[in-house]
Amino acid sequence: MKNEFKIIADLIPDNVRVLDVGCEDGTLMQMLIQEKRIDARGIELNENNVKKSILKGLSVIQGNAETELGQFPDKSFDFVVLSHTLQAFYQPENVLNQLLRIGKAAIVSIPNFGYWKVRTNLMLFGKMPITKSLPDSWYETPNLHMCSIKDFYELCEKKNINMNKIVGVNGKKISTINHSNLEIKNLLSEVGIFLIS
Amino acid sequence: MNYKIDNIKIINISNSLELDCGQTIKDFPIAYETYGKLNDKKNNAILVFHALTGDQFVSGTNPITKKDGWWTTAVGPNKAVDTNKYFVICANVLSGCMGSFGPKNINKKNNEPYGLNFPVITIRDMVKAQESLLEHFGIKKLLSAMGGSMGGMQLLQFCALYPDKTFSAVPIATTYSHNAQQIALNELARQAIMADPLWNNGNYYKDNTTPKNGLAVARMAGHITYMSDKGLQERFGRKLQEKSAYEFTFDADFQIESYLRHQGHSFVERFDANSYLYMSRAMDYFDLSKQFNNSLAEAFRNHKTRFLIVSFSSDWLYPTKNSKDIVIALNASGASVAFSEIQTDKGHDAFLVNEPEFLKTIKGFLDSTFEIFKNEK
Repeated sequence: MKNEFKIIADLIPDNVRVLDVGCEDGTLMQMLIQEKRIDARGIELNENNVKKSILKGLSVIQGNAETELGQFPDKSFDFVVLSHTLQAFYQPENVLNQLLRIGKAAIVSIPNFGYWKVRTNLMLFGKMPITKSLPDSWYETPNLHMCSIKDFYELCEKKNINMNKIVGVNGKKISTINHSNLEIKNLLSEVGIFLIS
Repeated sequence: MNYKIDNIKIINISNSLELDCGQTIKDFPIAYETYGKLNDKKNNAILVFHALTGDQFVSGTNPITKKDGWWTTAVGPNKAVDTNKYFVICANVLSGCMGSFGPKNINKKNNEPYGLNFPVITIRDMVKAQESLLEHFGIKKLLSAMGGSMGGMQLLQFCALYPDKTFSAVPIATTYSHNAQQIALNELARQAIMADPLWNNGNYYKDNTTPKNGLAVARMAGHITYMSDKGLQERFGRKLQEKSAYEFTFDADFQIESYLRHQGHSFVERFDANSYLYMSRAMDYFDLSKQFNNSLAEAFRNHKTRFLIVSFSSDWLYPTKNSKDIVIALNASGASVAFSEIQTDKGHDAFLVNEPEFLKTIKGFLDSTFEIFKNEK
């Protein structure tokens, strides 16, 4: 996760306004504030995570991003970050629309369902995959709408969303994804990080 | 009330204050108390606003009633609001009865207590009257201002009036606009007081009487609204008061009855009935959004204050929805806001009693905010 946060932080310039949707215990926010003097805000569902964030002096509100993003005005943030959460919403497309309404740009990271280990799990063993980035069993996972990097790529194309940068992550290795290497990166990346606007 | 109020700290407000009702007052007393020590940089000050039945005696022993200060659970040495580290100031509100200018004060025009001739006060009036305290101590900017319930209303009003006077703000279990149910409950309390023949249209001071039965009923009604259904049930249930069977009378058979009667009657010892009328009225008139063309977000536009909003899951008097509306407005205005709903069965009273998760949250917020404030230029 630390590695991924670093990749996200590298996509954001200094001194901007960032909303971290589903900010967990505020680790990324703290990193952005300390290293990039960013004005960071967060929204988080879990009460204990909210408390941990407040104890760190972070401006985090307890709330459900699915229903409560409407309170933020249009383009009130330079970047809106959604890390590993899109697949857990009832209506991910609505949330995606909200991110792009609130932020001048959005950074969305997704656990890639097209990753070869995920595919092997299902193909060879006929079982729902359990991997490092998808650690829960099917009956207890919060994930409702799994997608692959390719799926999300195609959704962005369909919705005319600009993909300014896509980063594929496989362990410590990171690579840039574009139209020409999409198939192979979709197979080899455990996580995809999209900078969109 | 039966207590004599002397040997308390008072500042005299010599500037004239134009009240929302149109009248102007000047040369009036505001009573206050402080805890801890103001440091050399004067950056460790916290202003606390008290609630309807509170006073300036936040912590330690209340010198008038000899009971614990109303927020001793949260404020004091090594407490969440640590007075070894912070300097805490609290004033008795305008229209209160612990030394600040209120209806039992003597009207110089006729040498009689004001009673109902005291002007009707608003939350904004209360806040304006307290602002002089900052000047008194030479504090340019508070580290924080805090308040629950009516104290939270004063705090929101303070932030709207004086955006640069506090670095952070902690409104707790409060609302920006008193709603119909909240007004209704206050009206119930007022009618209980006014129905007492000893109230005598507010002229009871001369006869050395007090409408104690009416005020006690008002307090009982209020007390019910401060507790949650579950909290009441767990603590009292249907338990009987020192008896094993019903007595088939109207005496206090049930523990809850006895408890409420006790709360009611101990309250009248320390509180003035007319003050209760005036302060509850101020709450009813409170609608911060109305001051900003019905857009609450405008009240906080371009503010740099760091907010922590706290609500309690079982508070039905000022429920989480009220706090969330404040959060929404703050977000719409671009302000810096944290928000936590504390899970508790303790109802509205949760901010006054020992609620560890709440105390941990405000301590964490204050301590981390102090670190940021210290490093600000």
